[in-house]
Amino acid sequence: MGGFIKLLGQLTLGFFRWLGQLTDLVIEMGTAIVRGRPRFNLTGHQIVSVGFGSQLVVIVTGAFTGAVFAAQSYFKFSDLGLASGVGPVVSIALCRELGPVLTGLMVSGRVGAAMAAEIGTMKVTEQVDALRSMGVHPVDYLVIPRAIGLMFSMPLLVAEAIGFGLLASHVLIVWHFNVPSTWYDYHVVANTALEDIAIGMIKGFVFGALIVVISCHQGLKATNGAVGVGRGTTAAVVQSSLAILITNMFLSFLLNYFFPLGSGNY
Amino acid sequence: MADTRKNSSNPFVQISDLRKSFGDQEVLRGVSLTIPRGETTVVLGQSGEGKSVLLKHINGLLTPDSGSILIDGEEIVGLSERALRPTRRKVGILFQDGALFDSMTVAENVVFPLQEEGIRDRKVLLERAREVLSVVGLEEHMAKMPINISGGMRKRVALARAVINRPECVLYDEPTAGLDPIVADSIDHLIRRLEHEYEITSIVVTHDMKSMNFVADHVAVLRGGKIYFHGTPKELNALHDETIQNFIHGRSGESRS
Repeated sequence: MGGFIKLLGQLTLGFFRWLGQLTDLVIEMGTAIVRGRPRFNLTGHQIVSVGFGSQLVVIVTGAFTGAVFAAQSYFKFSDLGLASGVGPVVSIALCRELGPVLTGLMVSGRVGAAMAAEIGTMKVTEQVDALRSMGVHPVDYLVIPRAIGLMFSMPLLVAEAIGFGLLASHVLIVWHFNVPSTWYDYHVVANTALEDIAIGMIKGFVFGALIVVISCHQGLKATNGAVGVGRGTTAAVVQSSLAILITNMFLSFLLNYFFPLGSGNY
Repeated sequence: MADTRKNSSNPFVQISDLRKSFGDQEVLRGVSLTIPRGETTVVLGQSGEGKSVLLKHINGLLTPDSGSILIDGEEIVGLSERALRPTRRKVGILFQDGALFDSMTVAENVVFPLQEEGIRDRKVLLERAREVLSVVGLEEHMAKMPINISGGMRKRVALARAVINRPECVLYDEPTAGLDPIVADSIDHLIRRLEHEYEITSIVVTHDMKSMNFVADHVAVLRGGKIYFHGTPKELNALHDETIQNFIHGRSGESRS
């Protein structure tokens, strides 16, 4: 029993220490944005690398999720005589939940891992110290361009995932199940509001911020050579993924308060 | 052991009672040292004595538990990362493994400090890169990536990067470690050449006695977390102290069985 309480205490302390370190990093990022100088080249490079470079992963994820979700919905909904609801359900689910969450998870695996590994390797090979020794703050140089790049790219990637998810669902339902194209599209458009798409993009922005802060934190605190970099990279992906899933629930409630489902101008 | 050299007029670095622990391990236990301006001071000591830790304190890369460090008359202990910026520009550092940026070419690495100072003209940057790389004998390797040059070359590139913006002081962390004797000798000559050409104050951390004898104007021996000896190389070599003599001659002090 004593051992369990001790473990619980250690986990709680570890969690609050982690949260404190993340808060420190966020404050330092705020200072860097206000006082640091803009680095357009590095930021542009990050947008290309994390945004443009993640498109294939995001398109495939969005398209196949949209297609399979549409098929499963059609099987049950057509049994119940609710086939007209397939398009709206797929669209709302993609816009509000599946699009941003799956994009966030895929990007955390692709981009978050790369950020933690790159910065972690720089840390253990003294490249971060070299930056500091030249009067360059590592947050200014390494974190801010990545943060701007990803927070700019994520909403666009989410929109892309939603778009390809809807396209794939349309192709599958119309071609495979012989549902009339205009009938399907009418129900999708009539039941999807701009607010639904906005929710997906807002979530994308927040998830981008979570991925950057968690991954860069793991990179900057890496120690102990290759083993430490490996641990940091794994931790970055696991923590970002969990943070996305947990934050998504609270964000869904919060955004639903401002943009309730069905309130949009359909 | 007493400080046998009293040439401390207008020093560049003044360290007083510096203490640093990592967990339970007390590495520096009250180090006091004065580094004269425009000369080369070598910090000698066995592996694990805290030489690199001492060096990283001088550039503010580590924060001491207590003590004082004056760089060019200005206290740096307690300054934030951003407030340290002007002081760091006066002090370049050569890291043990060079710490070149993997993603940049040799030339890009070398001109990085200038770009950070706001110089954007590519012609000027290229000219300065060529100039400083010719001093270290690597101007024909400008376009190569760090992964494609040898360890000795990487150190010379790192040295070029450390001096390109003409710092007042350069810190060398084991500059000859892991190099063959010929390349190590060329690095020693470079340290001397840079000191004379750019009038740089140099602080060299090493356990290479040959290197120490060649580059040092002053020597400090770090032992047990404190300065055990401070004087000239001549005074060090003439010292009748068993610990020092064992170190100079590379003897472990154990008898042969």
